[in-house]
Amino acid sequence: MEVKLLTEHYDKPEFKNIEGYKKHGGYEMLKKAFKMKPKEIIEEVKASGLRGRGGAGFPTGMKWSFLPDNGETRYLLCNADEGEPGTFKDRMMMEKAPHQLIEGMIISAYAVNSTKSYIYIRGEYTQSIRTIEKAIKEAYEAGYLGKNILGSGFSHDMDVYSGAGAYICGEETGLISSLEGKKGQPKLKPPFPAVQGYLEKPTIVNNVETLAAVKYIIRDGAAAYKKYGTEKSAGTKLFSVSGDVVKPGNYEVPLGYSLKDLIEKECGGLKPGRKLKAVIPGGSSAPVLNAEESYRATMDYECLAQMGSMLGSGAVIIIDDSRCMVDLLNVILHFYHHESCGQCTPCREGTGWLEKIVTSIMSGRGRPQDIDLLDTVAQNMKGRTICALSDAAALPTISFVQKFRDEFEYYVREGRSKVTGKQLRRHNNRGHHAEMHH
Amino acid sequence: MFQLSADGKKKVQEYLKRYETKRSAIIPALYIAQQENGGWVSPDVVKHLSEVMELPMTHINEVLTFYTMFNKKPVGRHHIQICTNVSCSMAGGHDLADYLCERLGVVDGEMTKDGRFTISRAECLGSCDTAPVIQINIDDYIENVDKAKLDQLVNQLK
Ligand SMILES: Cc1cc2nc3c(=O)[nH]c(=O)nc-3n(C[C@H](O)[C@H](O)[C@H](O)COP(=O)(O)O)c2cc1C
Ligand code: SF4
Ligand code: FES
Repeated sequence: MEVKLLTEHYDKPEFKNIEGYKKHGGYEMLKKAFKMKPKEIIEEVKASGLRGRGGAGFPTGMKWSFLPDNGETRYLLCNADEGEPGTFKDRMMMEKAPHQLIEGMIISAYAVNSTKSYIYIRGEYTQSIRTIEKAIKEAYEAGYLGKNILGSGFSHDMDVYSGAGAYICGEETGLISSLEGKKGQPKLKPPFPAVQGYLEKPTIVNNVETLAAVKYIIRDGAAAYKKYGTEKSAGTKLFSVSGDVVKPGNYEVPLGYSLKDLIEKECGGLKPGRKLKAVIPGGSSAPVLNAEESYRATMDYECLAQMGSMLGSGAVIIIDDSRCMVDLLNVILHFYHHESCGQCTPCREGTGWLEKIVTSIMSGRGRPQDIDLLDTVAQNMKGRTICALSDAAALPTISFVQKFRDEFEYYVREGRSKVTGKQLRRHNNRGHHAEMHH
Repeated sequence: MFQLSADGKKKVQEYLKRYETKRSAIIPALYIAQQENGGWVSPDVVKHLSEVMELPMTHINEVLTFYTMFNKKPVGRHHIQICTNVSCSMAGGHDLADYLCERLGVVDGEMTKDGRFTISRAECLGSCDTAPVIQINIDDYIENVDKAKLDQLVNQLK
């Protein structure tokens, strides 16, 4: 069953505006937070077990306590770049509940003593940008942003920044470079943004859903929040489910929820006559699960890690038995090759090779050794680069080849898909970030 | 030679003051200039922005070349971007792109001779529950697209 904390009022159009939002208790938690000391809020967030919802699952309270106590200006950046294929939860929150994000951000900013925040929204999300800009204006007019908010002595400014089409800007150091008006290339860590981030100042980067959840931790308390979920995966999580189910959409369930129930109860099951083949449980960067694993999986950090995959951003792509896995891997690899920023050789070259090999298999020119070659190339891309994009291409590749090897072998042998019986050629003709550089 | 309109110039000046650094105004300025220049950023746009913003051309080019939403060559009045990432391609995104390219007699990224359309394949647009999805220029998404809907759109757009 869904447990609706963040999504409770999504169905009410008035929730978008400040009046409607206030009717449902909006900005009351900001008042409550101002009665607490910033340190108490950080402790509460730590105790809640909240982990980052943007992909890496890092404990939020711990990240906040990494900020150095040196009196420097601190920035809070909300990561609304949402580019992980399959993910559409942050867009929906910005469009349906913009004030919930803003309130969560002001509370978080107060907790970490930041005077300025940005919401970095991917450029394609023009509707989200409009909605958030309007909501920020309303919040200023109502005195929830600006100088001495509600007489608390705390001042905070908030603004929106629009990206312009680059998945890599979702990586936190890439996001920072982009916000500084440069190309969005990631930087080597350490230094971590909490120590040296935006304009070299201490900076906290958190995902949309993470920051919105903070409001509910303040509302219900850490103990109540922790009641949802498992030992190591506390709270509720938004899952963006797409692909071969009857009712795709965003669903908020407690972490630890059964993937089978998510598919069958929330999403209305598979399409008539179809059988489950595979699930990508955490965005296209997450290694694929086969049907047997999918039916056993629970949607939490531990279980998916134990199965060799990850919870990632919470994008769940359901794949039924009518799908060709070679084709799907090709789509995924094209994406990572296109989005590699090109700084690191294993990533730039590796993503190119992987795409090339699968494309060649798909055009009937595959050689038997290509299947092991995919694995070899992918193995050499792991853990050797500035950011995790290289792994994000390598790990799914390894899992596809390992779990659906028969489909790759058939394609190489027969020159056509084992599933569809056809040979598919993709006409992809776009430039690559890496190639566009001077 | 490209020149920003008075209104465009004013907006760029506002962006120069809005963020902590002037360089952060490059992305918004490129959006404004691209729109005023018929949908793409030509070399004279970069030169003009460099003068108006008092920033070196290398800074502007760095941004221009990195981000895919800035077009480095002319595009049609309607730049139709069809998502072909996982969920959309499962729902027929690639087939739609092939169909439209064939109907208009172009390949990916190519502009139709009459300057009406450019067709591109896009990466995940973050609307996978309503796949397949398309975006025309930078307007709101069009969801659950099929061939009939696409035909209707193409017929309407002048
Ligand atoms: C290639 C790449 C892309 C990423 N894209 C996003 C994204 O679109 N949104 C996001 O919140 N985090 C993204 N991340 C994770 C961020 O680097 C960062 O961990 C996150 O924003 C931290 O917020 P959280 O702790 O609240 O999750 C990405 C990471 C990588 C390596
Ligand atoms: S791993 Fe890839 S995307 Fe990340 S910094 Fe290196 S080249 Fe760029
Ligand atoms: S795959 Fe097309 S919107 Fe996500």
